[in-house]
Amino acid sequence: MIRLTSIEKSFGPVRANRGASLDVADGEIHALVGENGAGKSTLMRILSGMFQPDAGRIEVNDRDVTGWHTADAIAAGVGMVHQHFMLVPTLTVTENVTLGAEITRNGQLDRGKAQREVQALVDRTGLVVPVQQRVADLTVGEAQRVEILKTLYRGARVLILDEPTAVLSPPEVKELWRVLRRLRDEGGTIVLITHKLDEVMAISDTITVMRQGETVGRLQTAATSPGEIAKLMVGRDVSLAGSAKRDAGSATTSSSALPAPRSPLPGLEVRDLRVASSRVANVVDGISFSVARGEILGIAGVEGNGQTELIEAIAGLRRVSNGSVLLAGRDVTRATVLERGDLGLSHIPEDRHERGLVLEYTVADNLILGQQQHFTRRAALDSGRIAAHARELIKTYDVRPSDPALPARALSGGNQQKIVIAREMGGARDFRVLLAAQPTRGVDVGAIEFIHAQLREARAAGKAILLVSADLTEVLALSDRIAVMYGGRIVAMVDGATASAEKLGPYMTGAAAA
Amino acid sequence: MKRLKLEEAILPPVVALLVALLVGDVLILSFGQSPAAVYRQLLEGTWGNAYGFGQVLYKATTLTFTGLSVALALRAGLFNIGAESQLAAGGFAAAIVGLALPVGLPALLVLPLYVLAAGLAGAVVGGIPGLLKARFGAHEVITTIMLNFIVLALLNYLISTRFKVHDTLHTAEIKSGALPRLSDFAAPFHGSAANTVLVLALFVAAASWWFLFRTRAGFELRAVGLQPPAAENAGVNVPGTWWRAMALAGMIAGIGGLNYVLGYKHYYEEGFSAGAGFLGIAVALVGRSHPVGVVIAAVLFATLSQGGLAVNALVPKQMVDVLQAVVIISMATAVPEVRRVLREAGSAKREARTAWPPPRSPLPASRFPQ
Repeated sequence: MIRLTSIEKSFGPVRANRGASLDVADGEIHALVGENGAGKSTLMRILSGMFQPDAGRIEVNDRDVTGWHTADAIAAGVGMVHQHFMLVPTLTVTENVTLGAEITRNGQLDRGKAQREVQALVDRTGLVVPVQQRVADLTVGEAQRVEILKTLYRGARVLILDEPTAVLSPPEVKELWRVLRRLRDEGGTIVLITHKLDEVMAISDTITVMRQGETVGRLQTAATSPGEIAKLMVGRDVSLAGSAKRDAGSATTSSSALPAPRSPLPGLEVRDLRVASSRVANVVDGISFSVARGEILGIAGVEGNGQTELIEAIAGLRRVSNGSVLLAGRDVTRATVLERGDLGLSHIPEDRHERGLVLEYTVADNLILGQQQHFTRRAALDSGRIAAHARELIKTYDVRPSDPALPARALSGGNQQKIVIAREMGGARDFRVLLAAQPTRGVDVGAIEFIHAQLREARAAGKAILLVSADLTEVLALSDRIAVMYGGRIVAMVDGATASAEKLGPYMTGAAAA
Repeated sequence: MKRLKLEEAILPPVVALLVALLVGDVLILSFGQSPAAVYRQLLEGTWGNAYGFGQVLYKATTLTFTGLSVALALRAGLFNIGAESQLAAGGFAAAIVGLALPVGLPALLVLPLYVLAAGLAGAVVGGIPGLLKARFGAHEVITTIMLNFIVLALLNYLISTRFKVHDTLHTAEIKSGALPRLSDFAAPFHGSAANTVLVLALFVAAASWWFLFRTRAGFELRAVGLQPPAAENAGVNVPGTWWRAMALAGMIAGIGGLNYVLGYKHYYEEGFSAGAGFLGIAVALVGRSHPVGVVIAAVLFATLSQGGLAVNALVPKQMVDVLQAVVIISMATAVPEVRRVLREAGSAKREARTAWPPPRSPLPASRFPQ
């Protein structure tokens, strides 16, 4: 039994937890839901001993363990599987699982025994991975299983999972649910951090909802609905159009309000594109498609099947080994990033922390990234115009806090993404083609709603939009046509209106080919 | 914002100095001397009289150039260990140009020529590692270190075989465009090496600040230093920025060679750089790669360096080398601690600037039973 009471935790001026509480019974799957920045991960890091609370009380099995450290938590059987894998890619599965708890005999590693133990754990839990493989050669789903095995190997009875499905394909998600249920049925306790409501409904027994650092509700899954949870998360009624699957034939309310004037004018065209990487000869292996103005082409697929490379090649960030990219009918295959930008290409990069923002730069400076050449007076930056530009976009896109002088790092994920969206779509930017890669990754429900509305508006305004998302429901909800990428190729191209997860699933895993 | 930036630049050197003074106390006591007496001697020998102060200013001038050189490269995410040879090459080029010039031209007329020659030589020496990194991905730390050996050996060879005055290791004296010393304006500075290149150093510091924080090129350079993928995404040519930053860094260090060659001795002498390029690394680190901080740190290190000579009668002058090392080490360790304590004491304005999410504390290493 786990009980967190009145947990307080601040990082500088940000109060991540303000009197948060959580009750988890033994042997249940407990979903901890909330928008990004609601304090879920902080609360779980406090439970797992990574952070110490400023105030409050942690009890595990009626023992007061407030302020414990990771080692204590693991010794007591509480382990956390992080969103970002913490594995050594060059070591094998067995080595990774036993790392830090190596089995030795006379001071030397006992590899045979380690392997037998890990294999036994694999057999017992059903977390199937090849124990002798190097982690670098595993799929993302397998790597995640290794993370879970690692935690279980250390004797965890309480397993905390932070957004575990972010990187998984639908079949892999199903497999994960199967494993979690099995662990629960054997007496394990699972706390699942997520903001995806369909997952909450599918897997959890009990739900705790957090908002702005506080616990705002505790629900029995069987006795609630996605609408009720969303309302608690956001604090008001939410249109779930963006995250709910669109019914075949009928459009969602917001997209039917904005008729998409699909035009025959060329927006973006890609011809027989091939991209080589250091590891794979053709990460993008002969892809052709076109996106008309006023159309959203969605690209579905499990991450790592060439989507990143495709987008980067179109954006001008990656060398193309064959084929061409046309922007409004003009060949830009050899054009620089800035030239493409001036020709009307906007790009929301998939990783805002890596590519989308310079985190140490101020909000105002981030709002001109990629357009800095237009904000100069001779060699110097025109601080007056930069400030005016920032004020306007911050207001239009409701970036909070609204101080343009704050470093981007200080903002929440959703607001950071708003900076990127505002920069690429807002103000005087006259774009024709938008590359939107994972536009709502790691942002809260309210921001998802906002970003989806922006994309639909841009479509209505006659922009050509290429959408890449690991979130299949997002692709289904927004796209006029959907292309499925697998192994660097487009293996299926279907009409958005008639597509469904069931229909696309087999293509995404390579089980079916067009 | 601006006030806080300045504070960030000034606070660390001050704290580092305090730590060094504490360690100095222990050292001085171990030599059987009184810390108060030694520090008084140190201050009197540096800031206490015009000659000592002049020497501090002279040393600080060279260190400002090399510190700015390292700082500028650091802002682009590069570690310039080559300021030593860039400085020497700049001084050598200035001397060669000076020897070729007709006698007796006014300083103001030929100064641009000297700056150009010294800057160009430094830019070549700095630009080579930059190009090697941009083109082949060779790590600039390795290449700048290796280039130090090559360039210094080459200069040594040229001096000893071609340009030296008999029985010395220096060139003949420049007869054209030598710059006045401070003692020409203020008699008390008599004998000290301080000269008007000092003004050039302050100008270059101001220009560096303007370049880094006010121009598009500086904006792009800092973006490359902070987050290369984001800079690339913003259309910045990352490898191009690397080599240009290294060339610029080399140029600044090269111009620093004028302090000795044009302002002080009026000839190039083998080994005149005397570690000022390497000390520039410490100056840039203590100055937090901010031009204002660099100038302050340069004065600090110059004071310690000159102070070592002043206290030589009481304690070995190597004690000051130890103090310099302590300053650097405390920058790397104690100062972040001080900043953390300040933060936790809860000054809200400072807090707003701290990293989010906070750095994770290292996990305790431990073994788990099966």
